[in-house]
Amino acid sequence: MTEALLTVRGLTKHFPVRDGFRASGAVRAVDGVDFDVRPGETLGLVGESGCGKTTTGRMLVRLLEPTAGSIEFAGRDITHARRRELRPLRQDLQIIFQDPYASLNPRHTVGRIVAMPLQVNRITPPGGIKKRVQELLELVGLNPEHYNRYPHEFSGGQRQRIGIARALALRPKLIVADEPVSALDVSIQAQVINLLRELQRDLDLAFVFIAHDLAVIRHFCHRVAVMYLGKIVEIGDRDDIYERPQHPYTRALLSAVPDVTQTDSSGRIRLVGDVPTPLNPPSGCRFRTRCWKAQERCATDEPALVPRDGGVQAVACHFPGPDGQDSDGGTR
Amino acid sequence: MSLSPIDEAALTEGPQAPGDAVPEAAAKEFVGRSPGQLAWARLRRDRTAMISGVTVVLFLVIALAAPLIERLYGVGPYQQFQGQLDGAGMPLGYAGGISGEHWFGLEPQLGRDIFIRLVYGIRTSLLIAFVAAVITAGTGVVLGVVAGYLGGWVDAVIGWIIDFTLALPYLIFALAVVPTAALRFYGPRDNPPDWFKMTVIIGIFAAFGWTATARLVRGQVISLREREFVEAARASGAGLLHMAFRQLLPNIWAPILVSFSLALPAYITSEAALSFLGVGMVDPTPDFGAMIFKSIDFMQTDPAYLFFPGVAIFVLVFAFNLFGDALRDALDPKSSR
Amino acid sequence: MVRFLIKRILTAVLTLTAVSIVAFLMFFALPADPVTGMCPKNCNTERLERVRDELGLNDPKPEQYVNYMKGIFVGRDLGSAQGGQCDAPCLGYSYVNSEAVSDTFARVLPVTLSIVIPAAVIWLVLGVGLGMVSALRKGTVLDRLSVGFSLTGASLQLYFVGAVLQLVFVYTLHILPTPGYTSIFDDPLKWASGLVLAWWSLAFLFSAIYTRLSRAQMLETLSEDFVRTARAKGLAKGKVYGRHALRAAITPMVTIAGLDLGSALGGTVITETTFGIRGLGRTAVDAVRLGDLPTIMATVLISAFFIVLANIVVDLLYAAIDPRVRLG
Repeated sequence: MTEALLTVRGLTKHFPVRDGFRASGAVRAVDGVDFDVRPGETLGLVGESGCGKTTTGRMLVRLLEPTAGSIEFAGRDITHARRRELRPLRQDLQIIFQDPYASLNPRHTVGRIVAMPLQVNRITPPGGIKKRVQELLELVGLNPEHYNRYPHEFSGGQRQRIGIARALALRPKLIVADEPVSALDVSIQAQVINLLRELQRDLDLAFVFIAHDLAVIRHFCHRVAVMYLGKIVEIGDRDDIYERPQHPYTRALLSAVPDVTQTDSSGRIRLVGDVPTPLNPPSGCRFRTRCWKAQERCATDEPALVPRDGGVQAVACHFPGPDGQDSDGGTR
Repeated sequence: MSLSPIDEAALTEGPQAPGDAVPEAAAKEFVGRSPGQLAWARLRRDRTAMISGVTVVLFLVIALAAPLIERLYGVGPYQQFQGQLDGAGMPLGYAGGISGEHWFGLEPQLGRDIFIRLVYGIRTSLLIAFVAAVITAGTGVVLGVVAGYLGGWVDAVIGWIIDFTLALPYLIFALAVVPTAALRFYGPRDNPPDWFKMTVIIGIFAAFGWTATARLVRGQVISLREREFVEAARASGAGLLHMAFRQLLPNIWAPILVSFSLALPAYITSEAALSFLGVGMVDPTPDFGAMIFKSIDFMQTDPAYLFFPGVAIFVLVFAFNLFGDALRDALDPKSSR
Repeated sequence: MVRFLIKRILTAVLTLTAVSIVAFLMFFALPADPVTGMCPKNCNTERLERVRDELGLNDPKPEQYVNYMKGIFVGRDLGSAQGGQCDAPCLGYSYVNSEAVSDTFARVLPVTLSIVIPAAVIWLVLGVGLGMVSALRKGTVLDRLSVGFSLTGASLQLYFVGAVLQLVFVYTLHILPTPGYTSIFDDPLKWASGLVLAWWSLAFLFSAIYTRLSRAQMLETLSEDFVRTARAKGLAKGKVYGRHALRAAITPMVTIAGLDLGSALGGTVITETTFGIRGLGRTAVDAVRLGDLPTIMATVLISAFFIVLANIVVDLLYAAIDPRVRLG
């Protein structure tokens, strides 16, 4: 097993909520998250909206300051590193954003947008910045002649390619992709995903790929982590997660994916209720309020993320696996 | 918000800007049209903008070329024509002594030429207004960007200074400061030179005028701060200067430009008001406010004396206001409609 | 709400303290001797020195400031030359007017209020009304006219308009008396006829900004989804506009009205000078001309107090009108 490129331990982000003069509580957006990413590996981070996956991604590239925990990148602790200390690492750690309309400065030409990371870090590549930018544009499948155009002249998919070229400008080792295709049309999504896959293979990139679309994750990721209310409830290799999900939440998520080959929807697990507020999450297991397997123990003991059968798949549940005799059947 | 029906059409055409834009785009395939170029194209097709713009430029030329105009016209702003006044000191002839020699007539009593004094009045007025507007825009932009981008206690402090400044009664302060400063540096006997008074007036405008721009810029920056392209720059390690000048300012120069162009007529008005109240520029320096103040005494006997400076400053301010409005429409077609 | 109010008042007190310090420093601590300007022409050195002593100008600056502020809150003894005991709120004694500054203000404040309040009513009704109408009739001749009207108003000089109105109505048509102030309690008709020109010239200029703003705001509101939805589901036009649009459009007006008080004060200074009416503004101008420092200082403090107060009221009103605004 190779050395991890990125090691995250106990990562936590609380947003204080103010009521008049003093802080009266905190939104626990991310609450103690652990995972590793190895060089060249893609880790999918999946979950419903508001589960903390985007917050996690932003902390990784230090757009948000973690409340607690540690982030180690290429052997160095970058949890609270300052801007100057981060500089050399910025080159290895980049981000692709969700909204291709908001993520490109409307007043800059494509050339300036893609060249920005080079200029900010005062890097002049051999052959000059323009040549490098044109190479990058070509790499992401855009016409290098579009150098002098403005973002408003491009479609959503093209804009996302520009965003990808910008993230690649510094030749990073790891890219955090925050829902890079969810704002795009389905037909365009596949093109962008395929582009990312090619880049990943050709440039040996590692990805933290954040998405709520399970099909996209399955198509792209080596490993998958499922998040619920600021915690990872299950993490493992793609095939394990998709073929043998252990956590009830993972099973519910997977069963919600429509399957065209199956006309009968009886296998679908319908969760009742809403996601509880992260301002005041349930005690013990956070999923217990919506879990059909919940027992008394789930309200008192918080299940730890423990590896299953000594393998790489880890689950945070007191009653993992398929429904046993204690269950009244998974369907509701 | 302009009077012309033309820009209504410009709006519906939208940012694609057909017409003259198409052949240009076809000829040079890969040169994009920046938002600034699009705004310029919109402005060019707005008749109100063009007329008021030309008027504004004309006033600027008059202000710059005042000494040249004086030579061509053949009369200076301080020259007195007592021979053309009657025994009571009123100008001879119709409508305040209008003639081929004195286009706008003469002042009662002193007998100075009104036209050339207005020409120099424009110069005084625009000089003060321009310098004050440049200083206030600069201060406002810097403080607004800093407050908006950094947030936290910096924002709180700047916000409080803005509130504090807005709580000061500007005109009363100006009334008090100008003579006090003159007294301090020149004593009760000497009349301070023009440049000193101008500096004090500009200083007052700068001290009170920056808040509007700062608020505007702060608001804009806050709305941009969380946008993903700003985060992208931050994720690449950009510092405050890169953020301010490369990422943020290019996106907010439009409202800054509009507020700058609308600040000019406001300062022209304020300067004239100060002079009207006797604390701005005073006679013999040519100035709109001072002229109108003097003319009020002759309102019944020589209305032309009131009329010319009053109309001149109205046209000046009106042209700047119209142009500022048209500029706003061109730069941001969505606003104010 | 209460918490917000406390917070707001604390900030206001801080602001006013800062204003008073700045004003005090500028006017009292400037090396230029205020007494020379304050004293009538033939002042000998001895008399100057006496005045200086009576004014407390020989005391250390911080002590002077504390004494001045003490006078405002609890009153102070100014000595026999300045009318003896001066009750709170004591704003000092003016040698120029030979009376306590608070007495001067008690005399001129009704004059200024008589000008500003009716004028404000006119410009708000006129400005907001025109703006609403032109937004509802967008693109018509009416709209063009009112937009043109507002731009013209915004570009005119108060004193010029005042002079022209006076020339037309007083000196040419002779339908109005020479502008002046009569107490409304003595003769309401004379009160109105003496001030009506001042009201309209102020109102004409100030309504301009309200016309522009309310038109823009109304247009924006009319294009918003909730108004369109209300129209689409078949609610009568009048009802929709009355209920949704007007409310949404008036909200920002309230804010401007608060901020505008400062410039309205400036406006009265010019109006009073133009029409030769002795109110707060004219008093301030004269005080400046004659170097009457206690009066200038008091004018600055009182105006700042009203501006700060108005802004607090505006914040509260804003929250009352628009439930989206949370105070905190």
